Amino acid sequence: MPQPLASVNDFVVKFANVNGSGSASANRLFARAIQRMGIPATPRNIFPSNIQGLPTWYEVRVSEAGHLGARGGVDLMVAMNPQTWDQDVAAIDAGGYLFYDSTRPIPRARLREDITLLGLPLTEICNREYADPRERQLFKNILYVGALAALLDLEIPVVEALLAEQFKGKEKLIAANLHALHLGRDQARAHLPCPIGLRLRRSDGVGDRIFIDGNSAAALGAVYGGATVAAWYPITPSTSVAEAFERYCRRTRIDPATGKNRFAIVQAEDELAAIGMVIGAAWNGARAFTATSGPGISLMQEFLGLAYFAEIPAVIFDVQRGGPSTGMPTRTQQADVLLCAYASHGDTKHVLLFPQDPAESFAFGATAFDLAERLQTPVFVMLDLDIGMNERLCTPFAWDPARRYDRGKVMGFDELESGRDFGRYLDLDEDGIPWRTYPGAHPTRGAFFTRGSSKDRYARYTEAGAAYADNMQRLTLKFETARGLVPHPVRHDAPEGSRIGVLYYGSTSPAMDEAAELLAARGTAVDCLRIRAFPFHDDVAAFIREHETVFVVEQNRDAQLRSLLLIEAEIDPARLKRVLHYDGTPITARFIAEAIAENLALSRIAPLRKATP
Amino acid sequence: MTFLPKPKLHHPELPTNAIGLTRRDYEGAISTLCAGCGHDSISAAIIRACFELALPPHRIAKLSGIGCSSKTPTYFLGQAHGFNSVHGRMPSVLTGANLANRDLIYLGVSGDGDSASIGLGQFAHALRRGVNMVYVVENNGVYGLTKGQFSATSDRGSKSKKGAVNADTAIDLAGLALELGASFVARSFSGDREQLVSLLKAALLHPGAAIIDCISPCVAFNNHAGSTKSYDYVRHHNEAVNRIEIITGREPIAVDYAPGTTVAVTQHDGTVLRLRKLAADYDIEDRAAAIGFLEGRRREGEIATGLLYVDPDAQDLHAHLGTIETPLNALDETALCPGADALAAINAALR
Repeated sequence: MPQPLASVNDFVVKFANVNGSGSASANRLFARAIQRMGIPATPRNIFPSNIQGLPTWYEVRVSEAGHLGARGGVDLMVAMNPQTWDQDVAAIDAGGYLFYDSTRPIPRARLREDITLLGLPLTEICNREYADPRERQLFKNILYVGALAALLDLEIPVVEALLAEQFKGKEKLIAANLHALHLGRDQARAHLPCPIGLRLRRSDGVGDRIFIDGNSAAALGAVYGGATVAAWYPITPSTSVAEAFERYCRRTRIDPATGKNRFAIVQAEDELAAIGMVIGAAWNGARAFTATSGPGISLMQEFLGLAYFAEIPAVIFDVQRGGPSTGMPTRTQQADVLLCAYASHGDTKHVLLFPQDPAESFAFGATAFDLAERLQTPVFVMLDLDIGMNERLCTPFAWDPARRYDRGKVMGFDELESGRDFGRYLDLDEDGIPWRTYPGAHPTRGAFFTRGSSKDRYARYTEAGAAYADNMQRLTLKFETARGLVPHPVRHDAPEGSRIGVLYYGSTSPAMDEAAELLAARGTAVDCLRIRAFPFHDDVAAFIREHETVFVVEQNRDAQLRSLLLIEAEIDPARLKRVLHYDGTPITARFIAEAIAENLALSRIAPLRKATP
Repeated sequence: MTFLPKPKLHHPELPTNAIGLTRRDYEGAISTLCAGCGHDSISAAIIRACFELALPPHRIAKLSGIGCSSKTPTYFLGQAHGFNSVHGRMPSVLTGANLANRDLIYLGVSGDGDSASIGLGQFAHALRRGVNMVYVVENNGVYGLTKGQFSATSDRGSKSKKGAVNADTAIDLAGLALELGASFVARSFSGDREQLVSLLKAALLHPGAAIIDCISPCVAFNNHAGSTKSYDYVRHHNEAVNRIEIITGREPIAVDYAPGTTVAVTQHDGTVLRLRKLAADYDIEDRAAAIGFLEGRRREGEIATGLLYVDPDAQDLHAHLGTIETPLNALDETALCPGADALAAINAALR
């Protein structure tokens, strides 16, 4: 047997559970307790498209160094699901640990010799302790948290405090949970070699960071950004955006005088109606959004073209999942980039924002409304399941009290009354952005007809080629204006600089940051540029020019952002190398570092033809 | 269709309404539809209804989908904002617009292809949500702009201009609206101006989802023998259940009618609709009876018109959602942004 793994504050624990067994809150309790000890811990929920019965996993990466991306591999498996036993046991790294329910004897053939076995008869203990079947199930989860606390040196008072916060006001529940927790701890201490080689030690690595999922953060961004109308259709993994929006609105948007709502949320009959309502509301001067995923974006195509061409603001949160078609509804990908960038028929282009974590989901969630109204066009906030549905440590949300909404170019009653020339599609400021009016603004001025068909600068229907081309060119100019308004890319160069550059975006961020460290440790320093928006800032093309070799790291099969770069920044395809991860699991630092190292090694081998004299 | 621009000059002695506007102030651009199109009669009826109710034109938002019918909002209420949206999707756009500003009047104009075929889903859901609007279906039973295909409201057995016989069951939009919970359901005929104007006025005063299924013959593709949506056919089979005689705001009703011949409906916002009954036993507040009545008339090959159903206690989507009286589009940062202190508290709870 290899040496058992030994590590302080740097390991991966994976829980294998049955969906619907109540394990999620116990697992979360475990992760939260580690964070409360000041140690960065990042959980990831790996769940099926199912309510009850199918396998589900919860992975907690403990990283004193603060690496928040998925690592890959498992050091300690908490195997609570007989259905997936064999694959779970096989997944453990050599020298790792297996914690399991030993109530029923497990044949040697289904165990491994190169790992440490930590069996505790959890079912037997629960059956002895609890009469009610539901209690047996729920407290089994708390029982294993107690056992893990003993095995890993997790501070019991921290867990106790979290339980007290969770069940505040329900003293009976607190007592029952504490009992199970202590029982688990005591049983482990009595029967298992506590602590094992993997240990937790109080640290100060968490700081003032907050812990939240990207969907909730985006929804809070929409609240702060002044969204009043939300129209949506339930779809995994975006549903919790709308739900969180409602939750935050109920807390912060009730009119104190009347008790009435300063918001309207409609669960639409489908995604077509959802985006239709958003467009109707935004046309009428309200800030409106929808939240959806790839299949919903597919359904919204016609309306998105209307919003582009008729120039109506709209904010769309796209929480991307594995495609195509129904694809992998509960797995993550960045595979809607091209779908959103060029949504709808005809010549269209849309503004995309790529948040890296919940903090940016909040910030971009608010800014998207300013951009949409300033530019009078749809703005997509491109989350994915990894950011959206997993809680993550991130910098606290910030809001400048002096900040005012940018409502864009709107002529009100006074300007219309003063006789200022109003043409809905007139480019008065030469930035491609016309002025608009809200319905009902003035009795005799400012009314116009909004349509998806071609029109002249005064919104009059026309199929004249010159007027059509004039309008399309103005839309191109407007997209150029957008380039200067969207969030700029963020650059991190190697200390000495490098001839190798890496482009990445969105949820790839923590894995890429870590991969850069791994590569540097191997002697291959890389410069990194994180793209945060489309249209691309000029710095992106400059970065590509400055580097001999440039990798584009993405979580899709077809290198969609690379394609977008080739088309929009007119980059030579030979200049951009693909690093692609698309099996539905979050990309890892190990994967990126391997892929880049392998590619660089290959490119160092001289071509055969040259080698032959 | 005419190519002459519409003169902007008004006759100095044109009658004015309560807000000092003339009929001309409610007109729009000149129609580009075929001469004799039923839809132009509906546009004229909308102009008259809005003029007579003295509605400020700019406080009306007119929305439509795609098709001949959906072109018509250009031809009335030139001072109102219009939105010619996506085929079959006007109801969602109108719903969103209504959510943004509950103070405007929403007039949705659609056709039978737009509402009964591609847009049947949105038609249904806007009605069942109780969006406060007037939804006019200009129903000609045919696709005009693509030259004469059957629509989903074409009656089974009716003949196309080219002689094909329709084998599919027709969708009765008024019947469907009753099922879906619309709180004002009417049917009319573009050839019966008086009935249509009074129904439009009543619908505009109804505080909920009002639908008027208006048979509107297509002179180009559906006005031949064998069609059940031709002027001749509808004139011969039109069976009105009632006539709206007077619509008032909150003023008392001054005209007397013989007892039993009229019925007054007081809506919860105080508006009163007074109807002269034509079908003696017809109770316009009885939804189940209305559904049965429609089915009975259809079996006889008759087209029941008039106000078929009204719920005087109708509530709209805003009431269901509990939205504030101030239009949402009029709220600013102070009302919408919880601020930095609230955010600090949210941050603290996430540690």
